[in-house]
Amino acid sequence: VLSFRAVESQSEGQCVPVDSLWRRYSEFELLRNYLSITYPHIVVPPLPEKRADFVWHKLSADNMDPDFVERRRIGLENFLLRVASHPVLCQDKIFYSFLTQEGGWKEMVNETGFQLKADSRLKALNATFRVKNPDKRFTELKHYSDELQSVISHLLRVRARVADRLYGVYKVHGNYGRVFSEWSAIEKEMGDGLQSAGHHMDVYAASIDDILEEEEHYADQLKEYLFYAEALRAVCRKHELMQYDLEMAAQDLTSKKQQCEELATGTVRTFSLKGMTSKLFGQETPEQREAKIKVLEEQIQEGEEQLKSKNLEGRDFVKSAWADIERFKEQKNHDLKEALISYAVMQISMCKKGIQVWTNAKECFSKM
Amino acid sequence: ILLFLNFPIQDLSLPNGTPVDTSSPASSSSLLNRLQLDDDLDGETRDLFVTVDDPKKHVCTMETYITYRVTTKTTRAEFDLPEYSVRRRYQDFDWLRIKLEESQPTHLIPPLPEKFVVKGVVDRFSEEFVETRRKALDKFLKRITDHPVLSFNEHFNVFLTAKDLNAYKKQGMALLSKMGESVKYVTGGYKLRSRPLEFAAIGEYLDTFSLKLGTIDRIAQRIIKEQLEYLVELREYGPVYSTWGGLEVELSEQLEGVSACIGNCCTALEELSEDMTEDFLPVLREYILYSESMKNVLKKRDQVQAEYEAKLEAVALKKEDRPKVPTDVEKCQDRVECFNADLKADMERWQNNKRQDFRQLLMGMADKNIHYYEKCLTAWESIIPLLQDKPETK
Repeated sequence: VLSFRAVESQSEGQCVPVDSLWRRYSEFELLRNYLSITYPHIVVPPLPEKRADFVWHKLSADNMDPDFVERRRIGLENFLLRVASHPVLCQDKIFYSFLTQEGGWKEMVNETGFQLKADSRLKALNATFRVKNPDKRFTELKHYSDELQSVISHLLRVRARVADRLYGVYKVHGNYGRVFSEWSAIEKEMGDGLQSAGHHMDVYAASIDDILEEEEHYADQLKEYLFYAEALRAVCRKHELMQYDLEMAAQDLTSKKQQCEELATGTVRTFSLKGMTSKLFGQETPEQREAKIKVLEEQIQEGEEQLKSKNLEGRDFVKSAWADIERFKEQKNHDLKEALISYAVMQISMCKKGIQVWTNAKECFSKM
Repeated sequence: ILLFLNFPIQDLSLPNGTPVDTSSPASSSSLLNRLQLDDDLDGETRDLFVTVDDPKKHVCTMETYITYRVTTKTTRAEFDLPEYSVRRRYQDFDWLRIKLEESQPTHLIPPLPEKFVVKGVVDRFSEEFVETRRKALDKFLKRITDHPVLSFNEHFNVFLTAKDLNAYKKQGMALLSKMGESVKYVTGGYKLRSRPLEFAAIGEYLDTFSLKLGTIDRIAQRIIKEQLEYLVELREYGPVYSTWGGLEVELSEQLEGVSACIGNCCTALEELSEDMTEDFLPVLREYILYSESMKNVLKKRDQVQAEYEAKLEAVALKKEDRPKVPTDVEKCQDRVECFNADLKADMERWQNNKRQDFRQLLMGMADKNIHYYEKCLTAWESIIPLLQDKPETK
């Protein structure tokens, strides 16, 4: 309960000057960054868009537009609610202080040194290309998240165009209002009917603004899952990285073992530069060989321990990540179903309004 | 009406005793007009029914054209048979209209749909075009049928009954000079000083009326255009939900449902636009044409009055002491009075019909929109249970 109150006061604070809003958004970004790096096996909730995208009407492309600012505020609030209701994330101390601590929070986050744990983009990309045996489920999930991102962005783009066109249709009807009024001026019996029908046409034309404003909330719900796709991909990338790391470690261990064997038996199984150099520069002394073998054996032991822990780490990661992914899937199915229902309800409401207006107009016409 | 027609026309005389000049069709028709007790033709008192239907395409070596069946049912004595069925093409209707304008110049003749259509833009033989034209031609004949004077016109009778209309058309050309129909009202060169207030008011009304109709026509066209552009986007929108459905497991039915629903809305929208194009726009344009031809009749009336005033002035200038005004000036006065009476009566009838026509047209427009929204509402309401469906219940 306490954290919810803190959330609200934070959100209210955002209504203050532009500067503080931007700082606040960057603090949200910092928080999310911290969470993503600290909990790589969790599908971390996404932030709402920084800049207005998929706009249907040129006006709302402005980041200072009060409607956009308000929707973003709601999005940020939603983000905090998501984190607060996550079984693992809600227990994080940094998150708790984000909600409760006024000053010095930024420093506190940086002091955790979380940035050091971050994987470089290049390293991640490399792993993606070179990993040999990633868990099939993660490969499928990555593919799914790519497709999801593609289909939702397509949907949002077309929806914006649909909204634009619908706006045009409704607004042109407003012209009927004016011409009916002008026409009614020269008519005797027909005048009243025309005039009042024209008024209904004006009502009809005006109604589209609220209808489309409501639809923006639906678009925001879709956008959240568009950005969630990225979070899913991040978990998959982490798995690939860990798997690649594991594979590299295993490969390294195998080659060291091989070297050891070669030195011990004196045979060169496969081509190796060392073998060549020893051939070129003469064989090593038994003492040198012994020393080398000893070093290698130490390294091998270290390597085996590392491999063991990496294996364990990897399996733990897969297990906990997959648990969160299942949780996420259920959440997603529930949320999207709700979003579709609310969209259908919006359409029903729009149809009913349309029927009402035209029925009113028809009655006016009947009195002509 | 039937009763009066049994009297030979020659025996009629004006209330003040002077014999009526029956050689002029105008005066006899205006007399009939004035003698009518009841203009309103209910179903019970109606004795003439005309319908246009059954369009057929004719392919000949020289040309391809459409004919329409014109069916007549009547109890009127002017018709030899109680029923007729003939085939007529557009140029026959056009011929009729011209003949009516010539023989009944003091009356408002209903308009015909546009004669020429831009080839390549409109398919003259498409079902929609032919049907739209059929409705307009049907309306044209019905308006004449409802008119107490025009419906008794000889050319109209022939149009409805003749097996070979072309033969009559050729004959008509030869008889033109004998009948002297069109010649009588070609009054040239007279300029009216001022239009009487009531006719000036009609002229102004028609000007504003046709202007407003033009605006409404443009608005309606614009709406149809916007709707079609909206439709284009919707047609891309629906299938994306389907694609998404293919990606999901749990939600695939729901997403497919939304996709199908949007598809249904697309169909409903297409129907709305088609209906507006076929039923709404043509009637608007018809009334604009009507206004134009009515303004021409007003001008003709002005001409007749101008001629009378000029001749009257000429007589006054001669300063002759005659007890009686010369007969040709008297005839002019007659003509003016008949024209004014006919026109006023027709205007009143036209205003009433116009009110009914527009009431029906606009209610129809509202109806089409209501049906569109009802179809969409049904579609969306029907998928709510599908969307709320829990996976366990499947």
